[in-house]
Amino acid sequence: MNFIKLVSIRNFSSSRNIPRVCIVGAGPAGFYAAMHITKNLPAVNVDIIEKLPVPFGLIRYGVAPDHPEVKNVINQFTKVAQQPNVNFYGNVTLGKDIRISQLRQHYDAVLLTYGAEEDKTLGIENEEADNIVAARRFVGWYNGLPSDKDLKIDLSGDTAAILGQGNVALDVARILLTPINELKSTDITDHALNALAESKIKEVYLIGRRGPLQVAFTIKELREQLKLSNCQTVWRNQDFEGVENMINDLPRPRKRLTELMLKSLNEYKSIPIHNDNKLFKPIFFRAPKKILVNSHKKITGIDLICNELQGNKLEEQKCVATANTEILNCSLAFRSIGYKCVKADDEIVFNSNGLVENSKGIVDNNSNTLAKLYVAGWLGTGPIGVILHTMGNAFQVAKVMCDDLKNKDCFTDKGGFEEIKKNYIKNSSPIVNWEGWERIDKYEIEQGKLRNKPREKVCSIEKMIDIAII
Amino acid sequence: MNIARISYRTLLKTFNSPKSYINKYNYLGTSFSNHGSAVPLSTTKLRLKDEKVKLTFILHDGKRLETEANVGDTLLDVVVNNDLNIEGYGACEGTLTCSTCHVILKKKDYDKLPEEACEEERDMLDLAYGLTDTSRLGCQITLTKDMDGLEVTVPETINDARS
Ligand SMILES: Cc1cc2nc3c(=O)[nH]c(=O)nc-3n(C[C@H](O)[C@H](O)[C@H](O)COP(=O)(O)OP(=O)(O)OC[C@H]3O[C@@H](n4cnc5c(N)ncnc54)[C@H](O)[C@@H]3O)c2cc1C
Ligand code: FES
Repeated sequence: MNFIKLVSIRNFSSSRNIPRVCIVGAGPAGFYAAMHITKNLPAVNVDIIEKLPVPFGLIRYGVAPDHPEVKNVINQFTKVAQQPNVNFYGNVTLGKDIRISQLRQHYDAVLLTYGAEEDKTLGIENEEADNIVAARRFVGWYNGLPSDKDLKIDLSGDTAAILGQGNVALDVARILLTPINELKSTDITDHALNALAESKIKEVYLIGRRGPLQVAFTIKELREQLKLSNCQTVWRNQDFEGVENMINDLPRPRKRLTELMLKSLNEYKSIPIHNDNKLFKPIFFRAPKKILVNSHKKITGIDLICNELQGNKLEEQKCVATANTEILNCSLAFRSIGYKCVKADDEIVFNSNGLVENSKGIVDNNSNTLAKLYVAGWLGTGPIGVILHTMGNAFQVAKVMCDDLKNKDCFTDKGGFEEIKKNYIKNSSPIVNWEGWERIDKYEIEQGKLRNKPREKVCSIEKMIDIAII
Repeated sequence: MNIARISYRTLLKTFNSPKSYINKYNYLGTSFSNHGSAVPLSTTKLRLKDEKVKLTFILHDGKRLETEANVGDTLLDVVVNNDLNIEGYGACEGTLTCSTCHVILKKKDYDKLPEEACEEERDMLDLAYGLTDTSRLGCQITLTKDMDGLEVTVPETINDARS
């Protein structure tokens, strides 16, 4: 009897343990990876660690408040998080509270999905002048990101310039140009709503260094801008020279986008400008040379280099600076030319593109004792594309992880977050779990109701923690 | 081992429960509410009881998901109501803002569809991977009786050029 018991216990302890996976960053890449892993492994524990007390990354803090439909994906992510084998640990920062090597010691696989947070700079004279704002910080400000809630921005001038022609640039333009009444019913933060209600901005330039055939924004966002009430679009005729002849050779998405611009250009030529309307003014072939400032070091304009395209074939065309310059007067400018990944932990190695060096999502596999490290989402692909693209990448990397874990002998229980908490983060500020987030969520929705908004976001970390921890 | 299996099953059940999903479903996005051309985003209300058609989703790995569906439902409704395991499908819940519901039809089925894709649908399709001349968004296709036996392909959501 005794003998049999012993044998069976032995068997049990040498059988496979449930693998433990740690995901760092609770944005779309993290949630989509968790979705794939929990669906495709018969048994697994997934811990999602997040710097903020609240989940969803750029779905919450990037996607514009007037695009609530895009945020519906939160419902899918919530279902992922509510599974009993998925845990959320908010208010835990990689590089501050924990290190990659520690995670790799206590998990069977570690996936980094902490995004690309820092904005790229232009590197031109007077870039740090007053009222030059990083588009990403402006977005964080109107979306209630705690670190951006005190952004200083002066909207009392009549002209703003946005440097860059991607979708984020269009988001910024649209928020500046949308009639305030239409924003009131969104989840835009109260502080932004109040400031925008006082805004005197009447004209918004959208400046690109290349031509209409090279714009980075997508058609849906442009169409929305063109249809904005009380706003007209002003194009520059000369920017479109030769474009019509190229159109038939373009792939469908680019073709439809260009056709929409040409259609709008024709409308602009035939419909007179209405005085009460705000103006949206895309301009092409202009690169900022330096920011012009007054004696208080506040922006008064931008000195622009005139570029031209050289080469006949579209694929071979290059944008080249000419000797000509042009001055654009404005009292506010946004920099919207892309993002960089942050080196959250010394151990991270960036490649020449500033992304975590990886092959199909695998970062480092030359350790026998530490867990494999993976990367997905903007941290691995670069800050390009929409949620759909982040989703595809996250699934792809998660599949590699599942295949690896299926083949891995998880003989020892690595301890996971319990060990991490016990050994490393016992003295830092409290950890917010999923129930804590649900309390914040409920509070925000209640606060929103009082203002006829879908939610009023809590913009201070301390307050979030107060609400979450009871 | 066994314990783990069982708990996995139960959690799968919770995970796939479509209730909350459907409740939020009839949302008409502000961005296209002022368009004559926009098709209704959910056509559940048009459903005629008891009229069923057979429908097959063919996944990129060749797996076939065969199901019975109600006439009047959209392809997205079918995926949600039948808990079909198509990863990430329908992220925006039918509000024409995600294109995760991209499907490819056979030419003959595509040509037979009663409604052409509206501008907004084509805008979203332009973002999809593997776009073809017979691509549509599943949340915009409403099943009719004569679509019985329809087969649609769900393309892979990744572009091989990206790592
Ligand atoms: C302004 C803006 C608007 C956008 N609008 C749309 C849109 O309308 N539609 C669309 O489809 N796509 C949109 N996108 C793109 C979309 O947001 C991205 O594709 C997607 O969010 C990328 O996901 P991610 O998980 O890689 O990064 P993120 O969403 O950035 O998630 C990263 C997460 O990691 C956390 N984190 C950061 N550092 C640490 C750390 N050290 N430790 C722990 N956690 C950390 C962050 O707090 C965050 O929660 C938009 C992007 C931006 C910037
Ligand atoms: S479900 Fe999002 S576009 Fe169809």
